[in-house]
Amino acid sequence: MYSENVIDRFTNPRNTGMIKGADGVGTVGNPTCGDIMKIYLKVEDETIVDAKFQTFGCAAAISSSDVAIDLIKGKTIEEALKVTNKDVLSELGELPPVKIHCSILAQEGIQAAVEDYRKKQAKKALKNSKK
Amino acid sequence: MQKVYLDNAATTKVSHEVLTEMLPAFNEVFGNPNSLHSFGREALNLVDKARDRVAAGINAERGEIYFTSGGTEANDWALLGLAMANKAKGNHIITSQIEHHSVLESCKRLENLGFEVTYLPVDETGLVDIAELLHCINQKTILVSVMAANNEIGTIQNLKTIAKIAHEKDVIFHTDAVQALGSFKIDVKDLDVDAMSISGHKIHAPKGVGALYVKKGVKIDNLIVGGGQEKGKRGGTLNLASIVGFGKAVETTVRDYTINNKKLKSLRDYFVSRVKEEIEHINVNGHNHQRLPGLASISFNFIEGESLMLLLDMAGVAVSTGSACSSGDLQTSHVLKAIGLAPEVAQGTIRFSFGTNNTKEEIDYVIEVLKKNVAKLRQMSPLKAKRVRK
Ligand SMILES: Cc1ncc(COP(=O)(O)O)c(C=O)c1O
Ligand code: FES
Repeated sequence: MYSENVIDRFTNPRNTGMIKGADGVGTVGNPTCGDIMKIYLKVEDETIVDAKFQTFGCAAAISSSDVAIDLIKGKTIEEALKVTNKDVLSELGELPPVKIHCSILAQEGIQAAVEDYRKKQAKKALKNSKK
Repeated sequence: MQKVYLDNAATTKVSHEVLTEMLPAFNEVFGNPNSLHSFGREALNLVDKARDRVAAGINAERGEIYFTSGGTEANDWALLGLAMANKAKGNHIITSQIEHHSVLESCKRLENLGFEVTYLPVDETGLVDIAELLHCINQKTILVSVMAANNEIGTIQNLKTIAKIAHEKDVIFHTDAVQALGSFKIDVKDLDVDAMSISGHKIHAPKGVGALYVKKGVKIDNLIVGGGQEKGKRGGTLNLASIVGFGKAVETTVRDYTINNKKLKSLRDYFVSRVKEEIEHINVNGHNHQRLPGLASISFNFIEGESLMLLLDMAGVAVSTGSACSSGDLQTSHVLKAIGLAPEVAQGTIRFSFGTNNTKEEIDYVIEVLKKNVAKLRQMSPLKAKRVRK
């Protein structure tokens, strides 16, 4: 059912874990299958210097999130936002049709993490301006 | 790599005894049982023998056994056929929320045809709510269909009670005994069922053969028409070799069930106690003792079942998530939902179903693999145990 690459990423994910004091954290879930993905970003000068994920989900979700992290590491926030599930799939290889949504979840995870990062930045800016 | 098969509720291997019995029915005896010549009569003799064996295994009469292509067809036929044959009397059907898809989808089809279906809830152990049955059975009820034992959690229903309630209201009672056959003594007279579905491949017969028991005098419309076979009740040339194998399998499973059950139960109980010892944050689903002897449904909290199933598969251990038929289906199991498991707990549920060939050594191996991979997935999971502050 899954390609070798998916199985490899699933069994030996490179990017699992969490980042303490992350600059952005995004949690997304798919209500149908119930899977949950959490993406952590460490950002310096608008560049993602580190990223990690935690996933409660199927092999497709775990491997997609692992690849997604590879795709955004070292990129700027703007670039990261342009990463889509198509990019994840072209890196990962084919997924069965019912599992395409797992790669979309990875895309949404990145977006949610970036959004959280932006919110935190805005809060910080507000605090600084009040000082 | 070591390979351990713990998915006997999905299907079993054809036993040596069954296979030996079947072989001549492929090419030595090959006539069409409906042909009148000697070749046909020879084949018919084998079918008769198989029918007698199936009947004897469940204490029915030969004429009450109709061979089908398996449990799904038997269930489809029972639901549709019994409902249609009795529609003059009413249009209400009662079943449970934890039935096999073949029953549930037949009910949906009946709803589209204008029947009303009540899906009885179950308690957290999977037992059907009897009070609710008493409450909703009425003048218009024509059929009650409740499974004997559940395929996902193994819970065994109080069939006699349900049959009694149905019969007090003159309502036909059907049961899906596909998982139950061979696990406990099934006597259709003692249980007082009017129709019962059984299947071969769960009891070491081949896939694609089963039967519907229909009590003498109970009216049922046809599902598969044409050909006049099975006293005109089920069309199609009989699947001779498989029927022969099915007959033998019923005979052996009934003959051996005491000893087999003891073995299955001790394997299962050993497994469950080891899991409890070795792995935290789990729960065992189903009824404590009204449960199939060879089945354990266990929820591993904070992880997702398909992932675990795949990792186990890579280590040679075959299990299933929910039920095999619904693997590849994204929705969490209707059975686990009905017993009240939270969605994320239901998702982390694995069914282990043992066979008499499994050994304690195999179980020890499975425990090692399980422990390692549950830990691995938990480490990746965003869900965590809430730490209780001391
Ligand atoms: C409870 C139950 N009913 C019906 C069936 C369907 O039987 P079959 O596979 O022979 O169609 C199964 C097994 O898949 C089952 O577990
Ligand atoms: S099945 Fe939903 S994320 Fe994979």
